[in-house]
Amino acid sequence: MNAMSNDIHLLSGAYAVDALDDLERARFEAHLDICHDCRVEVAGLREAASTLTDATTAIPPAELRERVLAGIATVRPLPPLAPTGPRAPGRASRRRWFPVLAVAAALALIAGLGAVWQPWQDEPERVLTAAERVIGAPDAESVSLEVSGADATVYRSKSRGQAVLVATGMPPAPDDKVYELWLRDESGHLEPAGLMPEGSDHTVLLKGNAADSTGVGITIEPVGGSKVPTSSPIAVFDFAEATA
Amino acid sequence: MPGLTSVPSGAPSEGTGAPELAGLLRSSSRGDQAAFARLYDATASRVHGLVLRVVRDPAQAEEVTQEAFLEIWRTASRFDSDRGSALSWLMTIGHRKAVDRVRAAEASSRRETKYHDRTQSVAHDETAEAVTATLEAQRVRHALESLTAAQREAIGLAYFGGYTHTEVATMLDLPVGTAKTRIRDGLIRLRDTLGVGE
Repeated sequence: MNAMSNDIHLLSGAYAVDALDDLERARFEAHLDICHDCRVEVAGLREAASTLTDATTAIPPAELRERVLAGIATVRPLPPLAPTGPRAPGRASRRRWFPVLAVAAALALIAGLGAVWQPWQDEPERVLTAAERVIGAPDAESVSLEVSGADATVYRSKSRGQAVLVATGMPPAPDDKVYELWLRDESGHLEPAGLMPEGSDHTVLLKGNAADSTGVGITIEPVGGSKVPTSSPIAVFDFAEATA
Repeated sequence: MPGLTSVPSGAPSEGTGAPELAGLLRSSSRGDQAAFARLYDATASRVHGLVLRVVRDPAQAEEVTQEAFLEIWRTASRFDSDRGSALSWLMTIGHRKAVDRVRAAEASSRRETKYHDRTQSVAHDETAEAVTATLEAQRVRHALESLTAAQREAIGLAYFGGYTHTEVATMLDLPVGTAKTRIRDGLIRLRDTLGVGE
């Protein structure tokens, strides 16, 4: 496994022919989100692999055709991803400024009026939450993505070593599943960073030290969460794309 | 049936070349069931052939092919012709479904079986065998001949056998990490020799 993380590019061939185990696959797909060269290479190698099937044909029974055509009548085709979105599920549309600005405006309120005017809190001496401190930190940087139709932004403050996810309009996880958060290190390895609470809107402080993380991933995991991802990330927030 | 080649210069013997498949996929993504039926007719034997090859059990292979086509219908909008041919995209979905099936089905029994017990059944050169059957495959066969026997073997085990590169390494008595390189090097040579995926 460690050899793999050292040279993740070399997994492109095994990935193209589905010869990675689930963990490697999840890691490599997270890497694909940030590596254009690997995306191009995988496409070419898949093209090459599919030529191997030129002579491997088998006509399926006629009933299969009927079942398939009856089946599609009950399945809604997915809408396209954002026009530039080149990749599978979870691939984000371009960064959105509106939520970032909205949060910035809210932070200005917190910073400027927090001690005096606190309509959102009952306690007289409201203290900023850890999440708000991260979002408001001088060195906070953020990446915004659309995740399953929800607006989500990850904030990270290197000086505080913490990251926060703010999500709005998140659809519920599938039955018996939860959204799990991950911190990605330089080698592409994903460390568990806590679960997203139920509900569609929330602000979550990620567990673990985010100072040196290269990104944040979200996967769908069995209830209780997993120690390693058991599915491909539905979103990867890449700090290389973060803005101050 | 093997007229559906993803190779641009391949003979489109059934008039179902790559551009048309891409168009059928686009129509399908907008809910055009008739277009999808044509797509199915043009590609089902290719997809099913690969699925059957990996899964081996005919009844299970039918289920997997069905799953694959439902997935193709559902995700047709995600096909991007700038990133590869329609056929390659379809085969990728079919292959992934087939591999998922054999891994799920064999997860427990594989752990109990020592890899070297199985190596004799795969010792011969399955990949080369698979593509020598038709004239259509001449170019592919030539391209395969440009690979080393070791590369062909590793690619065959991974692609048609559905094994992970770690399993392939064990089956071939290679150090871990060697098989993935072999698979990649072989596919790169195949790609460059065939001039696909540029």
